[in-house]
Amino acid sequence: MCLAVPGKIVDVRDERGTRMATIDFDGIRKDICLAYLPDMEVGEYAIVHVGFAISRVDEASALETLQMFRDLGILDEELGVTGGTT
Amino acid sequence: MKYLDEFNDPELAGRLFDEIARVTTRRWAIMEVCGGQTHSIIRNGIDQLLPDRIELIHGPGCPVCVTPLGVIDKALEIASRPDVIFCSFGDMLRVPGSGRDLFQVKSLGGDVRIVYSPLDAVQLAEQHPDRQVVFFAIGFETTAPANAMAVHLAAQRGLTNFSVLVSHVLVPPAISAIASSPVSRVDGFLAAGHVCSVMGTWQYGPLVEQYGLPIVVTGFEPLDVLDGIRRVVVQLEAGEARLENAYARVVSDAGNEPAQRMIDDVFEVCDRQWRGIGMIPASGWRLSSRYAAFDAELRFGVDGIDTPESSVCRAGEVLQGLIKPNECEAFGTTCTPRNPLGATMVSSEGACAAYYQYRRLDTVPVSIGVG
Amino acid sequence: MNVTDAQPDSAPDFENWSCPLPLRSHDRVVIGHGGGGKLSAELIEHLFLPAFGRVEGAEMHDAATLTLTGSAGGRLAFSTDSYVVRPLFFPGGCIGDLAVNGTINDVAMSGAVPIALSAGFIVEEGLELATLGTVAERMGDAARAAGVPIVTGDTKVVDAGLADGLYVNTAGVGVIPEGVDIRPSRATPGDVVIVSGPIGLHGVAVMSQREGLEFGTEIRSDSAALHGLVAAMLAACADVHVLRDPTRGGLAASLCEIAASACVGVEYDEASLPVPAEVAAACSFLGLDPMHIANEGKLVAFVAAADVDDVMAAMLSHEHGREARVVGRVVDGHPGVVVARTRLGATRVVDLPLGEQLPRIC
Repeated sequence: MCLAVPGKIVDVRDERGTRMATIDFDGIRKDICLAYLPDMEVGEYAIVHVGFAISRVDEASALETLQMFRDLGILDEELGVTGGTT
Repeated sequence: MKYLDEFNDPELAGRLFDEIARVTTRRWAIMEVCGGQTHSIIRNGIDQLLPDRIELIHGPGCPVCVTPLGVIDKALEIASRPDVIFCSFGDMLRVPGSGRDLFQVKSLGGDVRIVYSPLDAVQLAEQHPDRQVVFFAIGFETTAPANAMAVHLAAQRGLTNFSVLVSHVLVPPAISAIASSPVSRVDGFLAAGHVCSVMGTWQYGPLVEQYGLPIVVTGFEPLDVLDGIRRVVVQLEAGEARLENAYARVVSDAGNEPAQRMIDDVFEVCDRQWRGIGMIPASGWRLSSRYAAFDAELRFGVDGIDTPESSVCRAGEVLQGLIKPNECEAFGTTCTPRNPLGATMVSSEGACAAYYQYRRLDTVPVSIGVG
Repeated sequence: MNVTDAQPDSAPDFENWSCPLPLRSHDRVVIGHGGGGKLSAELIEHLFLPAFGRVEGAEMHDAATLTLTGSAGGRLAFSTDSYVVRPLFFPGGCIGDLAVNGTINDVAMSGAVPIALSAGFIVEEGLELATLGTVAERMGDAARAAGVPIVTGDTKVVDAGLADGLYVNTAGVGVIPEGVDIRPSRATPGDVVIVSGPIGLHGVAVMSQREGLEFGTEIRSDSAALHGLVAAMLAACADVHVLRDPTRGGLAASLCEIAASACVGVEYDEASLPVPAEVAAACSFLGLDPMHIANEGKLVAFVAAADVDDVMAAMLSHEHGREARVVGRVVDGHPGVVVARTRLGATRVVDLPLGEQLPRIC
C-alpha cells in the first residue's frame, strides 16, 4: 500500500493560504502540498504520497542504517568465516 | 534516486541475507502487512533468497484489494450519472464491482478521470462549477491526510459541487484481527512504514503487549524489508516480543501531528467491511458529521447500496497464510488479473496478482507444513 | 475510539474469509483494448483474425511481408498505424513526426528499406488550421529527413467534440533486401537480446503533459526513424533474427510477444536495462514499470551470439544506437515466458501488461 517516494524540496510558497512546494525526484518536478510539514526548507528531503509531503527524511538516520548494514558480517569476514547458507 | 538507490544495493542485501540465515534456527512465519512490501518482496525475488525456514505471509494491506464490493458498486453508480466527474486513483479503475468496473462505466460515457492527488479533484471542482465532482477517497492512514485536506479545502473555499466517497481502512485493527484469530500462524509482523510516518509508532506498542508478537516498523526498499525480517527473527529466536523501528529515517514515534489533527477533524472511526475478509470493528474512517455536506453517499442517495459477497475463491486462506496463491485451484486458470475471481488478484499488490505476475514458473505447490 | 477496543467475539470469521467476484468479460470496447497489451491481443485473436481470415504462413509482426510473384519477384513489407496521442504536441515531437517515424519503424522492423508512406487525417471540426499546418509541416520535415516520401493521403472532418482535435493514420511500404529474413519466430535459444538505447523516454514525455498527472521534466520523446540504424546493422550482419520497436506496452510487451511467437524462453538482467534516471524517477512516483513504458525511437534485436560483436559495433557507431546494450538472451527453458533476473539475483516472470498503464497509489 501507499506508494510514497523521497524527493528534494526546491521551492516553497503559499498558494491561497496553503503551504505548497515544488519537489524534485531526480529531474522530475511536481507541485506538492507542504501543509503537514510547514517548516521544511529548500534542500531537505520529504517522503511524498499522492501529492503531499508526509514525512521528513532524516539524513543522519539513513547514513546510520546503511553503516549498520555495512558492518554486518564484518566480524565473520575478519575471522575468515563465509556467510551462512540456507 | 537518493534514499532509494542506496537501499537497493545488492552487496548489502547479500550481507542481510547472510545475517538472516545465520540467526535463523527454527521455522518462522512473518507477515508483511503492507501491499507495498509484498510488491517489493515479489518484484525483487526476496522470498526466493530467504532461508527456507522463513515463510512470508502476504497481509491484507492493499487498500484497492480490500475496498468492499458494496463501496465499488456505490462508486459505479455515482460515476454513471451524467452530471458527475468521478475522480479516482488509477489503480481503482480496474477493480470489478458487481459485473463491471470504472473502465466500463467510462466506456458507456461516464466521465471518469484518473488523478494523481485529491487536490487535483478539488481543482476540477473549481474549474467546473456546473458539474458535480466526486473523489473516491480510499486508502490506509497514509492517504488519509491528503483526502482530509481535500475536504477541508473544499469547505474552506465554499465548494458546493465537491464531495467524497470515503472508504478508509486502518492497519492496527487488522493486525489485531489477524493476531487474535485462532487459526493465525503469524509469529511476527512487519508494520507498514508509510502508515507509521503519518500515525507514528505509538499505536503498536499495545498490540505487542496484547499478543506477545514482535512488530517491526519496516520500509519498502529491499534492504529495508530485509532488515525488518532480520529484526523480527532476532527477536523470535531470543524469545522476545518488542516494538522496533527499522525505518527510522522516515518514521518517528509521534508521527506527523498536523496530519493527525486534520484526520481527527475530518474523519471519525467506524466499523469497516474488508473485501474478502469481512467486518473488522473500528477498522475504518468515515467523514465526521461536521462534513456530512461533502458525503457523496448522502448527496447521491447511494448509502442504501449493500452488495453481499458470495464465496467462490480461497483468498481468505491466502490472506491467512494457510495456502499460497498457487495452491488455489483457480490460480492462473479461471482466476487471472484479466479475470479476477478475488480481490487479491485485482491490484498488482494483491498477493495472488503479485504471484501471478512474478512467480508463475513455480508450478509445484509450495510446502507450508510446520516443524 | 481506541483501536484495541475490538471485542474478541466480534472478530471476523477467518474460516470463511473469501472474496468473490463474478468472472469479468467486456461486451464493449474499453480503453485498454488499444493499449498494446493483452486486451489488444485478444481483440486481434478473437475478433479481427476470425473475421478477416488468417493468411497462410503469415506471422504477427509490425509489418506484413508480401511476396511478389512473376518476373518482378522480391518481397515487400507493408504496415499501417494510427496515432491518437494526447496532447498533439509534447516535448520532443508531435503527432505528425510520430506518425511518420512510427510507420517507417514498423516497416523497418522487417529489415525493409521503406520507400513510401500514405497519410490519412481525421480532423475535428473547429481545429485551428495553424495547428493542422504545423502538424503537416512536421510530417513533411520528418519524411524528408528520413528520405521516405508521403505519396498519397486523405482527409475527413468529423463533428466538434469527436476525434480529440486530430487523429492521423499512416501506412508504409518498403522493399526487403535479398537474404534478409527477420521475424519473431526466428528467435532461437542462444540468441542475444540487444536494446538500442535508453527506454521509457516517449511515454514519460507524453505523460508529463497529460491532464491530472502533469509534471515538469527535461525528458523529450525519443521519436526517431530507425531504418538507417537497421540498414547499418544489416550491413554488418544480414542474419539478424528478430527486430521490434517497443512502442505501446514497452519493452516487456515486445519481449513477451517474441517469446510467445517463437515459443522460446527469454531472460533479461534488470541491472543491464538502460533506464534513464528521470524515467526511473517518474516511474517511482507514479508506480509504473519502465519496462511497460512506450518508446518511439528504440528497437530490440535478437541476433546469434556469434554475430553480437559485429551488430553491436554497427549500432554503437550509429546516431540512434550509440547507447545500445546487451540486456538478455534466449534460453532453452520456460518456452513462451519472459523472465527477469533481479538485481538481487532472483528471478521473476514478466507478463504482457493488461492494457493502459495506471498510476498507482499502492
